[in-house]
Amino acid sequence: MSVMERITPRRLPLPRWLTRAPLAVTLAAGFMVLMLFVMVFARVIQPYAFDYIDLMNRMAPPVPLEGSTWLHPTGTDTLGRDLFSRLLVGTQTSMLLALLGTCLGAVLGVTLGFVAAHKGRLWDEAIMALVDFQAAMPWFIIALAVLAFLGNSMVIFIAIMALYGWETYARITRGLVLSAREQGYALAVRGLGARPRWVYLRHILPNISGPLLVQLTVNFPATILFETSLSFLGLGIRPPMTSLGQMLGEGRDYLINAWWLAVVPGMTIFFITLSMSILGDWLRSKLDPSLED
Amino acid sequence: MRWTLIKTIRAALTLLLVVSFVFFVLRLSGDPTYMLLPDDIDEATRDFYRSKWGLDAPLFEQYRSYLVALLHGDFGISFRNNLDAFDLVWDRVPKTALLMGTSLLIALAMGIPLGIIAALYRDSWLDRGVMTVSVFGFSMPNFFLGILLILVFSLNLRVLPSSGSDTWWHLIMPAATLGISYAAQFARYTRSSMIDVLSKPYMRTARSKGAAPARRVNLHALPNAAIPVVTILGFKVGEMLGGAVVVETVFAWPGIGRLLTSAVATRDLAVVQCIMILLAITMIAANTLTDLLYGWLDPRVRVGAKAGAR
Repeated sequence: MSVMERITPRRLPLPRWLTRAPLAVTLAAGFMVLMLFVMVFARVIQPYAFDYIDLMNRMAPPVPLEGSTWLHPTGTDTLGRDLFSRLLVGTQTSMLLALLGTCLGAVLGVTLGFVAAHKGRLWDEAIMALVDFQAAMPWFIIALAVLAFLGNSMVIFIAIMALYGWETYARITRGLVLSAREQGYALAVRGLGARPRWVYLRHILPNISGPLLVQLTVNFPATILFETSLSFLGLGIRPPMTSLGQMLGEGRDYLINAWWLAVVPGMTIFFITLSMSILGDWLRSKLDPSLED
Repeated sequence: MRWTLIKTIRAALTLLLVVSFVFFVLRLSGDPTYMLLPDDIDEATRDFYRSKWGLDAPLFEQYRSYLVALLHGDFGISFRNNLDAFDLVWDRVPKTALLMGTSLLIALAMGIPLGIIAALYRDSWLDRGVMTVSVFGFSMPNFFLGILLILVFSLNLRVLPSSGSDTWWHLIMPAATLGISYAAQFARYTRSSMIDVLSKPYMRTARSKGAAPARRVNLHALPNAAIPVVTILGFKVGEMLGGAVVVETVFAWPGIGRLLTSAVATRDLAVVQCIMILLAITMIAANTLTDLLYGWLDPRVRVGAKAGAR
């Protein structure tokens, strides 16, 4: 054994930041990559159509259990629809909605935060009053009523999800922009004659993206819980479409004879929120060492 | 004093906004006579009900009379069973208050001591254990936790009832479901707040004066660490109301939340409106009280407000 070999430990050809991450973070990242894959390819990899009804094999349990069938290794629901296919499509719906809701909310909040910081005075007052207003509303309950009365429209549902949590982004952005604007680099670029939009988008935004990214990871699990809770209550995503919350709400009625119908989608939601929380915590400690706790 | 006044005016304004928002969204959702009366009814009967419920007036006129009625404490009549909407809702308040109160007690009694212990033994196995459990706790959706508890304790072990509110036994699972995720959150907030305080110069001063460890923690660290935790507590009440709706539905707990889900399903406008306004009042009151309490605990906030800073 040569000396060199003893000094340099053998590494897998992985990026350094990944090999240094704790095991839990690696697992969480892996799971989220898997969920993103499902989000994109759910309809391609599903063994059956998610709404295909197989009445001969209703309420089949997953395979190791008594009475299961190899036609549906992960079991079927009360109408004989394949649980695995439904899980894939349900995950796709929940992930897509949460991603869309989080991103729209972030764009809205960040934009308003920039406007408040840039325009100042009346604009600032108005936007911050709106922020306070949004924060003081029982949004989940309002969403519940709005969905019940305005009906089953995807556009309204997405709008409600986008309005959930935008105020935090606005508050954070406004504060960050106000302090970033007075820093040397921003003053320098402005002194060189750059227009405000250029300074904000090309110089300040990249510099404040860290805390915003952390907020994104906090907001994502909250949004997924928001969607699944509403769908669980029978609002939000409704049959024939499915989401993880809708599956759980349906499965809840069959706890006595088919517990897996509720437990499998429930565990999926739990693992998604858990993974995002772990990733968010890790990201926070990486991006902002002063917050290390 | 001026600061208190500003806060109160702001709260009243927010309430007015919520009340208006509720009115317009629910009114714009369509003519209630189409939801409540059979489709094949003749137009004259429909008109009779429209004028009976005051739906034939111009929208602004409806809005004005709605506000006046609210000021008189009149929340309208339930379309479903012709009872006063407010009475219907008020009957359910004790049940929800009991559930929320117990959950909050569980959350505080578990979360705060755990957070303090984790902060005092920072980076030990104890700290890591508490933090791991806490991540699991707040990642768990409350409706799923409720279902798991029913599966284990009602269906398998058969030791606790899965629905209703007849005995104290019925309270255990709903309160635990709602309380646990907040216990996890409070543990985290308490821990980071304590860690922050423990590194402050005045803690070093206290140690160099020779104050005993227990005295340093109880008299120097805890009151200061309590400030951010109190703030968060107030804001969590609103979130908890939303959680209560879900948990009450899972456990068939006859509170406001369950009334809301059934009123929403039957499109009982007056009841939904009444619940939303009462919940908004609760939430705004909680937030305002928190603000005031915060100012009282931490005089710097009041001074800052006077100086004109936000």
